[in-house]
Amino acid sequence: MRARIRKIITFVEETHTEMGRPVKPVTRRAAAAAVIENPFAGKYVEDLTELTEIGEELGSLLTERAVGALGIPGPAAESYGKAAAVGENGELEHAAAILHPKLGTPVRKVLGKGAALIPSSKKRGGPGVSLDIPLGHKDAAFVRSHFDGMEIRVNDAPRANEILVAIAVTDSGRPLPRVGGLTKEQIKGEDGLR
Amino acid sequence: MLEVELRKRVIVVEEIFHEGGPMATKPLRRAAALVVIRNPFAGKYVDAIAGFMEDLNPLGLEMANTLVAALGGDPKAIEGYGKGAIVGQAGELEHGALWHVPGGYAMREVLGGAKAIVASTKKVGGPGTRLDVPITHVNASYVRSHFDAMEVGVADAPRADEVLLALVMTTGARVHARVGGLKASEIKGEDGLR
Repeated sequence: MRARIRKIITFVEETHTEMGRPVKPVTRRAAAAAVIENPFAGKYVEDLTELTEIGEELGSLLTERAVGALGIPGPAAESYGKAAAVGENGELEHAAAILHPKLGTPVRKVLGKGAALIPSSKKRGGPGVSLDIPLGHKDAAFVRSHFDGMEIRVNDAPRANEILVAIAVTDSGRPLPRVGGLTKEQIKGEDGLR
Repeated sequence: MLEVELRKRVIVVEEIFHEGGPMATKPLRRAAALVVIRNPFAGKYVDAIAGFMEDLNPLGLEMANTLVAALGGDPKAIEGYGKGAIVGQAGELEHGALWHVPGGYAMREVLGGAKAIVASTKKVGGPGTRLDVPITHVNASYVRSHFDAMEVGVADAPRADEVLLALVMTTGARVHARVGGLKASEIKGEDGLR
């Protein structure tokens, strides 16, 4: 492990009813987050390779934790998303280095497929800052029932020299979706869009 | 007999490796089970509410069992616990107090007769309100290394007519505990205090 991890947190959320109406099957989503030391905190560093490699490690670790928390095999996951919050002594670019170049491949390896772009968000903030992890269908970004987001936060992270990195995975879309659009039954799942 | 109408269930597991000091040989794990239920007494003053405590018993047991499972499945590995409630704004603090008995006894039962009082807290709040659930040793309240707390909350709960109920368990002391006091190894575990 290149990453110096202080904490790993998993969140599982199940929705059983909405407006008093049963949600059947129950919708479930999970997020796994790691709090890591930012090796580049407090200074400008041109080459961010170390963080891209940390991103690759976290891609498999956090995805495995998230599907494990849902208790499903990776290929049964329906949507996904990723996000990072950089502590105040770091740059937004540090989050980008973790999330974008290398994190996706191991995520897709755990999930079996993943033709669609992994939606992402990033920010800089202090301990307890909330991360809204965007969610989209893993094989077809246009599946409207799966456009969603999951808020997580860790009260003591990120400290100034840390980065909070999170991956969210679901086994379903929103509870009671009814705004039309492409449904998951209609997708081809080849181009990542439809 | 009132129906317990469940909207959401959330499980959070934290694994703590260090907090700036030496890497823990056995990482501390903390877990929270949260449920969002409809408050059957919202919006009006109801005098006879105590019967609802019994209705909550099965939910308490289910949450306590979920926590043990989330922390590895062995009730003997659980060393700390706590509970709490957040009442939505159309309810009263007293509605949160309904959780004391079913939440506390459920954990004691699942842990095989834990001796110490279950530390607790509660408040009235809106969606996203955070609650610092206090944690103490399961058999002896004075064990100083196990005084802890876990911050919990759910972005969209409690709505006005809901109550968020929380149970928390941990597998040990604070990760770098070193402020003295009664040690877990020194307790008699008879009176629940020492």
